[in-house]
Order: sequence, then structure tokens, then C-alpha cells
Amino acid sequence: MGSMKEVFNSLFLKELLKGMSVTGKYFFARKITVQYPEEKTPQSFRFRGLHALRRYPNGEERCIACKLCEAICPALAITIEAEPRDDGSRRTTRYDIDLTKCIFCGFCEEACPVDAVVETRIFEYHGEKRGDLYYTKQMLLANGDRYEDQIAKDRELDASYR
Amino acid sequence: MDALMNFGTGIFGGAWPAVWTLIKIVLIVAPMMLGVAYLTYFERKVIGYMQVRIGPNRVGPWGLIQPIADGLKLLLKEIIVPSGSNKGIFLIAPMLAIAPALAAWAVVPFTDSLVLANIDASLLYIMAITSMGVYGIILSGWASNSKYAFLGAMRSAAQMVSYEISMGFSLICVLMVSNSLNLVEIVNVQDHGRFAEWGMSFLSWNWLPLFPMFLVYLISGVAETNRAPFDVAEGESEIVAGFHVEYSGMAFAVFFLAEYANMILVSALTSIMFLGGWLSPVGFLPDGILWLFAKMSAILFLFLWFRATFPRYRYDQLMRLGWKVFVPICLIWLVVVGVWMMSPLNIWK
Repeated sequence: MGSMKEVFNSLFLKELLKGMSVTGKYFFARKITVQYPEEKTPQSFRFRGLHALRRYPNGEERCIACKLCEAICPALAITIEAEPRDDGSRRTTRYDIDLTKCIFCGFCEEACPVDAVVETRIFEYHGEKRGDLYYTKQMLLANGDRYEDQIAKDRELDASYR
Repeated sequence: MDALMNFGTGIFGGAWPAVWTLIKIVLIVAPMMLGVAYLTYFERKVIGYMQVRIGPNRVGPWGLIQPIADGLKLLLKEIIVPSGSNKGIFLIAPMLAIAPALAAWAVVPFTDSLVLANIDASLLYIMAITSMGVYGIILSGWASNSKYAFLGAMRSAAQMVSYEISMGFSLICVLMVSNSLNLVEIVNVQDHGRFAEWGMSFLSWNWLPLFPMFLVYLISGVAETNRAPFDVAEGESEIVAGFHVEYSGMAFAVFFLAEYANMILVSALTSIMFLGGWLSPVGFLPDGILWLFAKMSAILFLFLWFRATFPRYRYDQLMRLGWKVFVPICLIWLVVVGVWMMSPLNIWK
């Protein structure tokens, strides 16, 4: 008896019609497409985009060349060279992030004891030549200067969760 | 019309009938190609909608220029001929695929007078021509000298040959009840019957008394055009793109056109054989070519709906469906229709 029922179900395409009713219903459903350049999805304050090097309010750069970020970077994207500065403080002479290697895991940010290297919300950037995405210390500091307000606000929002 | 004929004879003389036929061919093929282009657009839109997306909407208003942009892109791309391939056959294969898809339109009637060649054996012609389509696919797979293309071609050959049988049987039922091989006649016969007299001619069309055959023909038509869920010949997740994996540029586009032209052809044939062609579904509305287009659009939408819904058949399931399900159903229904026609209950007199 059960097998008879099965034969009839398959002859009358019961399962197929069931499937088609599902897609038919979704044909009229509200579309969830986000039309990117005009519309954007909300971003978290923890968004991990373009890197930046921050400064203290007095203009002194935060990075103390501890090289923890370089050590933890799983993609080996960070290159640091350091020397004592004239005033005796330890600073980097070179701080490069190769964004073509970077996997945006955020470990550098986590490792940093002075919140110097951070990832910003910026994700709409590009390079037009080979090497354009190799960010040097100057470029990273410039990023930090440019987006400091946003970076500081995001850190503050995140602080309560830490 | 007479003035046009006289004018044509005046200019072309004895060659006018040939020129006039050529004009008619262009009048059929040009809108067909446009239809093919926009069918790809609607396919993307419909499948997008069913996947809760909105589909192409960037090129022109609502993305309406998209198919033209796609066509231009393919036109400008290089046709790469693999060094190990058989160059002649490699380039002829796409033409062999599209020629039958276009040639079959010669006998498709749009209304009872609007048909390029109203021949008495048009159903036979259709069956002969549409079976030729498989050669393009086999030869492309063979000439590519690539294992995926070859696998795709072999699958498609087996599949198309198997489904041709059930397709043929379902058409035999149609020609039994119509008592004619002429497509115009087949449609006209559907206008007679008890329901047609009551002004509900859509219940007199062949789909109702031949309902199993209607389903068999529709599903075989999907298989015959290598469309999802029967697209094992392409099977992009198994054998890359199947028979046209080595094709690029316009040569690829021609295969693409052939597939969609075949879809439109099968939808037109289904409308004519089972859904009363240009006949109006109810008595108080006039018959006309728009009804045929409406029916074709509905069936084409069904094709797209299938593709959005069903996963691909496994190859052995495909063969099982063709040989162990469709062929027996067809054979049984053939006898049923025969007995029905001989009994006093015959509705096709």
C-alpha cells in the first residue's frame, strides 16, 4: 500500500510541485540585495579594514617598536626596523605593511601594547600599480592622522567589551 | 499584399519568390534572435528573484541593455581554437547546433495563415530536424580533443537519443487524435469539442485528454534542450562546462544561442501541440498570435522556474526516468488513446 502511494506521488510530481511552490513563493518575496555603491550594510566598530598607525594627542607616535605585531602576523605582512632616536627613545625607522599579504585577521591590533597599529573601517581603497598596496610608515601614520577621530571613537565603543 | 507582390516581381523578376521567402525567413529569425537575447535576461532576472536577489539592473533601465552588452562582449572576444583540436569540425560544430534550432521554425505556424512553409508532414519535419541538434554537440565534444568536452558530448548524445523516444511517442498520441501531421491542422482540431462549443475551448485542447503525454513532452523537452535539471551535458560542477568547455567568444555564443533558441522552439511546439497554439482559451475573445506568445512565455517561465528549483539529476537517474518511466507511460497511454478513439466515448470525431 505504501509503495502504491509512493508511485502515485511520483506520477503526480508531488515532491517537484512542493519544491516549485517554495521557489514560487520566494519569487514574490522582498529582495534582500544591498545595491553596494549606493547602499551599504552597517559596519561594526570592530571592522577590520585598512591599517593605520596612531599618535598621542601631543603628536608623538605611539609605536615603540616592540615588534609584537611583526611576530604575531600570520601572513608575515609586517616588516619593522628600529633604532634609538636622538632623544634616546626606541622608535621604528621602518614600519611596512604589505596589504597584498595581509589577511586582515586583526592580530597586530590585538598584540599592540600601546594601541599604535589599528585597523580602521576603511575598506574602499585600491592600488593601480604593483606596489601601490605596500604601505610604508609615512602612509600608515597619514592614515592614522586622517581617521583619528573615527579610530578613537571606535576604541572607546569597544572598550566596554574588553 | 498584391501590390507588394507585383512590385517585387517588377524588380526581381523570376527571382522574386526566392527573395520573398528570404524576407520571410529574416522576419522570423530576427525577432527570434532578439527573443533569445532577452530570454537570457529574463532567465537571470527570474532566477535572481527566486533566490531573493534582484538580478541584473545596472546596464540601462532595469538592466534591459544587459543582453546587448553581453552579446557585444562575446562578439569582441577571441575565438581560441585548441592546438590539439580538429579545426574544421571544431568551427562547424556550433553552426550544426544552431542550424536545426532555426530551421525548425520554417514549419511552426504562428496563426493559421502566418506560417513560412505549411507542409503536410510538418510534425515529421520537426522531429527530424530537432534530432539533428545533437550532432553539433557530439562533434563539438569530439573535435575539442578534451576529456570533459568528450564526456559532455557522450552524455548529451545518450540523453537526447533516449528522450527523443518518449518525445516521439507523446507526439504520436497527438497525431492520432488530430488525424494529421500538419501543425496548422493539429491546432484547428483542438478548436472542436464539447467544451469548445460551451465557449471554454481551453478544456478542449489536447493537454487535458492527453495530460500524461503533455507532461512527458514538456519534461522531455527540458531534457532535449539540455536544460536544468537535465543539464548533465554541461554539468558545470562535474565536467566544467561539458561539450563547450573549449569554446570561447562567438563560437561559445552560438552554442548559447542554440540552447535558448531550442527552448523557445520547444515552448512553441508545446503550445501548438497541447495548448491550442493561437486559439483563444475562451469563446468571447478572438484568436490571435498574441495567445501563442502568451502560452510560449508561460512555458518559458516554467523552464526558468525548473532551473531555479531543481538540483541536477544524477546520470543514471536521468536514464532511468527516460527509459523506465517515460517510455512505459507513453506505451500505455498510446494504447489507452487508441482504445478511447475506437470506443463510443471518442471525443475526436
